[in-house]
Amino acid sequence: MAKIIVMTSGKGGVGKTTSSAAFGTGLALRGFKTCIIDFDVGLRNLDLIMGCERRVVFDFINVINGEARLSQALIKDKRVENLYILPTSQTRDKDALTEQGVEKILEELKKEFDYIICDSPAGIERGALMALYFADHAIIVTNPEVSSVRDSDRILGVIQAKSRRAEKGEAPVQEHLLVTRYDPERVEKGEMLKVEDVLEILAIPLLGIIPESPAVLRASNVGMPVVLDDKSNAGQAYSDAVGRFLGETIEHRFVKVEKKGFFDRLLRRTA
Amino acid sequence: MSNQVAFRDAPFQLRGSNFTMMVLKVSDPHAQNFFFALSDKVRQAPNFFRNAPVVLDLDDLPPGQGFDFENFCDLLRTLGLIAVGLQGGTREQQEAALAVGLAVFPQGRAAADAAPAAPRPVAVADAPAATAPAAAPAHDLPYQKATLLVRENVRSGRQLYAQGGDLVVIGSVSPGAELVADGNIHVYGALRGRALAGMAGDRNARIFCQSLEAEMVSIAGLYRVSEDLEKSVLRRQVQIYLDQGFLHIDPVTV
Repeated sequence: MAKIIVMTSGKGGVGKTTSSAAFGTGLALRGFKTCIIDFDVGLRNLDLIMGCERRVVFDFINVINGEARLSQALIKDKRVENLYILPTSQTRDKDALTEQGVEKILEELKKEFDYIICDSPAGIERGALMALYFADHAIIVTNPEVSSVRDSDRILGVIQAKSRRAEKGEAPVQEHLLVTRYDPERVEKGEMLKVEDVLEILAIPLLGIIPESPAVLRASNVGMPVVLDDKSNAGQAYSDAVGRFLGETIEHRFVKVEKKGFFDRLLRRTA
Repeated sequence: MSNQVAFRDAPFQLRGSNFTMMVLKVSDPHAQNFFFALSDKVRQAPNFFRNAPVVLDLDDLPPGQGFDFENFCDLLRTLGLIAVGLQGGTREQQEAALAVGLAVFPQGRAAADAAPAAPRPVAVADAPAATAPAAAPAHDLPYQKATLLVRENVRSGRQLYAQGGDLVVIGSVSPGAELVADGNIHVYGALRGRALAGMAGDRNARIFCQSLEAEMVSIAGLYRVSEDLEKSVLRRQVQIYLDQGFLHIDPVTV
């Protein structure tokens, strides 16, 4: 049975699209047929992060409006088997997302895919609501700082009240916390919230901690999901998170300040 | 002179302009298949109808029958049609239209008689001089419309449609912007977004640009995405046209 996962946060710029790309790619790498949908209508970015922006012809909104078939809009990833991207429109706005339209496409995708990842826009308006409405799982992307935590708390409330599962009185959406841009050094200095602090407020299971890493920006700029960079700690952390999502027991890494060796310090190695 | 300067410094400019718009003649809005039939029509030429402004004409409505503008306009919107006004109509209809934010246009055919001094706000395509109500509508000339001229950079997310004519951009077109024209498209800057010429099916339409960096180019439905553009034409001054069913991209040579 296909599962719909929404990647959401409330706050902008915390790494939803980066995480959607990395997590979706991670699932596909483990053999699951995965589709990532960009719900950020009008501010399309997933295609850039996935490096398929030069192949977009039709989009999500075209399919909703019946101007193109789903198979025409889906873009197959060239690097990873089983991975597909459904880009969104840059020229339209969130009003183009209709509940019936989104439902129809998700139902169609469910027949073919194991996992469907809905990359939510920031905010709690129509785009975000449409992205989370049909979800079975929600991955809450949070930075270790107070405003991000507060917004995550808010979006959790929205999921518990306004998702289809909530409205229909079904089993609730399963929530997972993904802490991104975690910098152990700054946490130690007291400049950043500790994972425990974040968990205390949000009180949902921790899926993963993604360390702050130059590899993320590097990967974004070349259009490669960071999980494919298996040398980077961010890539490994995403891969771990995917494993935990699938039920594996994996210890959290990159949480403590790593003692740098003599050579590392000499070479000023980062990440 | 000083007046003119003052005018130029004003925070806005008010100018007259002509638009060709479709008129939707409604005779029975309660017909069961009304919106099905309309959506069928829309589906035949989705790009033509995409976000198209529509003027309503209720003259064929049985007298005395009420009309729910708000509901009707909402339903039109779901088909991608945007009701912008009411043509003619009774006083009640006009008041109801104004109440939901529609403009009231003078009666199409009789406009000249009813208000000879009033400027015609719309170039109504089906307004021949004939007075017979059953007169056949004048057939649309493919290029009766003036060119759509844009004198600024077209930013990401903006969509321009030159219906029935050419689109000329004096500036650059950013990635994520979309130019659509029934005629030709000229970009006197870099074309980094999408350009779709000959949207209504004109296979003679062409695209010209000063630097080809487009995400997608299309003529009369035949398209090429940026990945398929040959390196030899990238960042070059090119023209794009159809020849014997193939899309050609050639450097402009004079």
